[in-house]
Amino acid sequence: MTGPPAIEGPDETETLAGVESQAERAGGKGPSSPGREPRERARSLWSDAWHDLRRNPVFLIAGLLIAFLVLISVWPGLIASRDPLSCRLGRSLDASSAGHWFGFDTQGCDVYTRVVYGARTSVTVGVCATLGVAVLGSVLGGLAGFFGGVWDAVLSRLTDIFFGIPMILGGLVFLSMTGSRSVWTVVAFIVLLGWPQVARIARGSVITAKQNDYVLAARALGAGNARMMTRHILPNAVAPVIVTATIALGTYISLEATLSFLGVGLQPPTVSWGADISAASQGMQFRNAPHILLYPAAALSLTVLAFIMLGDAVRDALDPKLR
Amino acid sequence: MHGEGSSRKVAREELIQARKLLAKSHAERSYAAGEPILQVRDLVKHFPLTQGVLFKRQVGAVKAVDGVSFDLRKGETLGIVGESGCGKSTVAKLITHLERPTAGTIRYKGNDITRASGRALKAVRRNIQMVFQDPYTSLNPRMTVGDIIGEPFDIHPEVAPKGDRRAKVQELLDVVGLNPEYVNRYPHQFSGGQRQRIGIARGLALRPEIIVADEPVSALDVSVQAQVVNLMERLQDEFGLSYVFIAHDLSIVRHISDRVGVMYLGKLVEVGTETEIYEHPTHPYTQALLSAVPVPDPEAEGRRERIVLEGDVPSPANPPSGCHFRTRCWKAQQRCAEEEPPLAVPENFADSLPGEAVHHPSACHFAAERAAVVGPVET
Repeated sequence: MTGPPAIEGPDETETLAGVESQAERAGGKGPSSPGREPRERARSLWSDAWHDLRRNPVFLIAGLLIAFLVLISVWPGLIASRDPLSCRLGRSLDASSAGHWFGFDTQGCDVYTRVVYGARTSVTVGVCATLGVAVLGSVLGGLAGFFGGVWDAVLSRLTDIFFGIPMILGGLVFLSMTGSRSVWTVVAFIVLLGWPQVARIARGSVITAKQNDYVLAARALGAGNARMMTRHILPNAVAPVIVTATIALGTYISLEATLSFLGVGLQPPTVSWGADISAASQGMQFRNAPHILLYPAAALSLTVLAFIMLGDAVRDALDPKLR
Repeated sequence: MHGEGSSRKVAREELIQARKLLAKSHAERSYAAGEPILQVRDLVKHFPLTQGVLFKRQVGAVKAVDGVSFDLRKGETLGIVGESGCGKSTVAKLITHLERPTAGTIRYKGNDITRASGRALKAVRRNIQMVFQDPYTSLNPRMTVGDIIGEPFDIHPEVAPKGDRRAKVQELLDVVGLNPEYVNRYPHQFSGGQRQRIGIARGLALRPEIIVADEPVSALDVSVQAQVVNLMERLQDEFGLSYVFIAHDLSIVRHISDRVGVMYLGKLVEVGTETEIYEHPTHPYTQALLSAVPVPDPEAEGRRERIVLEGDVPSPANPPSGCHFRTRCWKAQQRCAEEEPPLAVPENFADSLPGEAVHHPSACHFAAERAAVVGPVET
């Protein structure tokens, strides 16, 4: 991830190489921009943001953590050789030992193996629900804010209605109606109830960005709606959405845990951090054996922290004033 | 010998050809000089006032611009002055098609462009550009200067082929007096005056014929104001631009304008050349406005008479009948409430000659010169 500073970008079409090299900062430009916009110029918001991110230790740490999490979600067998479902009641609540670093839980399952295997569920729920909420919410909210009028009024009232439904209550009602619940049922439920929060924030920040003179200037130049949205409004309105979404990601992972705790989330044999935390906090066993709560909770906290750090770094990189 | 003769003949023909071309371009120029490049007639913009959340009904209208007419000639600067809220900025937005007029027509080189849309509108926009008031909000903080000035070429790719664009952007930076190496910087790295230069460069990019400048210097320091105004004057000479220069600073407007229009509550009340307006104003509002300008000479300041208007500007949602200015005018009589004075050479100056300074349109029934009004000294 830490590319050497002077990589020459092969995908950047260099039009005025001579002029360019003078004006170029010592760092050179990134080997690839995030691929949002094909640029014919050397520097733009996205390439500058990428240039900054690659040098930001916070981003690097968060990125490494997330990459690691994704890796063990896909191949948990890489670092855990046991089966998370092979449990022996005889070892219930045993402390950590050689070969079983995190000890055993109430059911006598290896906590380490369950923490590793639980990553898949928690990361899937967190990432997919957040992506769904962010995309749906910012598209609907952004369009409502940009175009205004009747659709804006309808959407605003709709978000009001959704805001009236508490997540837990909604979960109890919706999820208890579904017969078999998978990770995707939970993701769908969170997206369904979560998008209005992002939609409101996106709508508000689009309305704020829309009122700036530079949007008028673009219109006076003859820019179409698509250009105004992608070049002028999106970059200036995306920061609050990123912040909300990264904070929400942690909330969604714990929401999945809560729902599992209430019996409407994921059911065994699905392994998830949420389910394990709920199980550990039942009956106060963690007073005698804190490790059964500590390790899944630590994994959850670390994941949430990594995503919040990532969101923070991305938001800062997209703000040239902080450079 | 023979060869020399034929080459002379060719040279003479070339000369004739060149003269013809020159004559043709002269003819075009004289046509352009006589014919106004922009004609605005009875322009009206009403913003509806609505009530209700989901089902909105109109309960009235703010009459921001209420019948404004003027001509702009090629290479000329028309200054528009007036206090805040008189509709100056709305006029700018109507000319640049940022707002749709409620009524009236705008003609560019004789073509009605009031309701232009699609490709026609895009072509119009190439020729009429705008410079904004606040250089802190008129530049996208997340775009580099190169992207900001280059955006016009992205929108109108026919103006500059892709390979040329960067060079064009740097040339524009040079034209407005900024270092061409600044292309990769962001707006927040510049001062207010530099930002306004960037805004001007963006306005110039498409080589427009008309630039509408909406209070381009009022957000800047006085020293920087002069630089920007001088830059605009230089660019006008260089590119043959016509300006509609909107401001509330009377001295700046006098400095840059060939003709000046005074606006009050959505209407032009007096239009004339710089001398006519500043030295021979006949409309009471213009006189009051000019008397509010401080004179840098303390003796002259003590001698002159100040006209202090009483009351506030009436609401544009509910303007007074007849003459809009009558509620604050010391000359107001019954006639002013009943009959709206047209913007024309006033009756009592009807027999003045066209060359005389008082012979200019002034929308007042009782238009008269006032001796004690001293205009601002030219800066």
